[in-house]
Amino acid sequence: MAYSDKVIDHYSNPKNVGTLDKASKNVGTGLVGAPECGDVMRLQIQVDEATGIITDAKFKTFGCGSAIASSSLATEWLKGKTIDQAVAIDNMDLVEELNLPPVKIHCSVLAEDAIKAAINDFRTKNGLEELVFEQSHV
Amino acid sequence: MLKLPIYLDHNATTPMDPRVLEAMIPYFVENFGNAASRNHSFGWHAEEAVDYAREQIAQLIGADTKEIIFTSGATEGDNLGIKGVYEMYASKGNHIITCTTEHKAVLDTCKHLEKLGAEVTYLEVQPDGLINLKELEAAMKPTTILVAIMYANNEIGVIQPVKEISAIAKKHGALFFTDAVQAVGKIPVDVNADGIDLMAFTAHKMYGPKGVGALYVRRKNPRVKVTAQLDGGGHERGMRSGTLNVPGIVGFGKACELARLEMASDTERISKLRDKLETALTQLEESYVNGNPAYRLPHVSNISFKYVEGEGLMMGFNKDIALSSGSACTSASLEPSYVLKALGLGDDLAHSSLRFGLGRYTTEEQIDFTIKAVSETVLKLREMSPLWEMFKDGIDIDAIQWAHH
Repeated sequence: MAYSDKVIDHYSNPKNVGTLDKASKNVGTGLVGAPECGDVMRLQIQVDEATGIITDAKFKTFGCGSAIASSSLATEWLKGKTIDQAVAIDNMDLVEELNLPPVKIHCSVLAEDAIKAAINDFRTKNGLEELVFEQSHV
Repeated sequence: MLKLPIYLDHNATTPMDPRVLEAMIPYFVENFGNAASRNHSFGWHAEEAVDYAREQIAQLIGADTKEIIFTSGATEGDNLGIKGVYEMYASKGNHIITCTTEHKAVLDTCKHLEKLGAEVTYLEVQPDGLINLKELEAAMKPTTILVAIMYANNEIGVIQPVKEISAIAKKHGALFFTDAVQAVGKIPVDVNADGIDLMAFTAHKMYGPKGVGALYVRRKNPRVKVTAQLDGGGHERGMRSGTLNVPGIVGFGKACELARLEMASDTERISKLRDKLETALTQLEESYVNGNPAYRLPHVSNISFKYVEGEGLMMGFNKDIALSSGSACTSASLEPSYVLKALGLGDDLAHSSLRFGLGRYTTEEQIDFTIKAVSETVLKLREMSPLWEMFKDGIDIDAIQWAHH
């Protein structure tokens, strides 16, 4: 199976690989997937408390090229967005941007789940209740 | 100059040896006869070529020419050998013993027979990939008609104790079938010394053409018969109807002759390269060789690089190097290799494996390039891996409650 140029580009030059201080109050961390499934994503956001804007985003991913590209692209999209805007990121947007084939859609679902998990982690740390999301369709 | 891409997937298929192609060429246009045409010279030429190839093939495995039944490949050989015995010996029993790391052509054939009333025992393998002979002995029953255990495994290259297995089968009055696709032409295989009653093998794994294989069927001590699975003209002593693939068979014969003459020197050279590759790659932290290192094909190495995923790993170099991964990220099931799982490897290690299959044309330069490319990619992906970070921070990854999806 051939990868799209965009997947190859994110794989070769991943954006925002790294680690934020997960103990910090303004950092939200989402860790999703499982080693046995061959995909684990950790996505972190750093939120400006005054404006509610995501000022930084980092990821680390264990997985195939599409999983790495999905998380790399997700961090790009998150930076500069408000939490409300970030919540609206849909996995199908990632699929479209990266031209993921059907067998790789689960990679984008994982990235969406990671975003939501990071947002909820940030919310609970700051005394807000967790948002309840509809189950994504794979 | 190093020519790219490098082919290191010789367990999937091998390139054809130019000498094999040369032997085949006259049998397409010039000598196109049907080997079953008994009444004219076109047929006689073809039959002569087939007879010669049969000798070349029989010689490689220590068989008699009459014991070679041509097939379209090993999948057909596996089907004919196992189904053919099941039907032929139905009055003696319905029990078959095989193991969990067999090729799908064997496993799915057994599953098919289960639906028809066969009782099949699937032996587990030990962590090194070999079956436990005591378990085999214990699984034997008065109704056991066939023991079907592969000679060497396609994913990890481990060589089963074939002599001991055949002795156990014989002691209990069962036949011994072996899928020897990965072994014939690579390591010495002798049907008499090994006690083999039936054996499937194929040309394209030993520098011959695709689409031609053989089933060895013992004719003496005991005389074995299989029920034909294709009805037709009664070719191949009634066991496999269908016009013979004369050019393919000629190529198969030549490939067997070359394997017989060059096996020792090929093995010496290739195993040194394999060992060099393996030694270098296992210098990386948390990398593990899968399968028993002593009882193993000389040209195969299967290595798990913990905390990186196989398909992601291959993407780092697959424009330059062709090989296989035990990860099955592309399959709909997302299940990693059932062979690696059968060794008791966790799914995470199975997802992290690469299979290197070297061959007759593999060079030291190619291996040096591969060592460098694979090592660099492993290190790069580990920097990107949350699991590697956790491992380095001393977090017990197995203790985490992962959300399965």
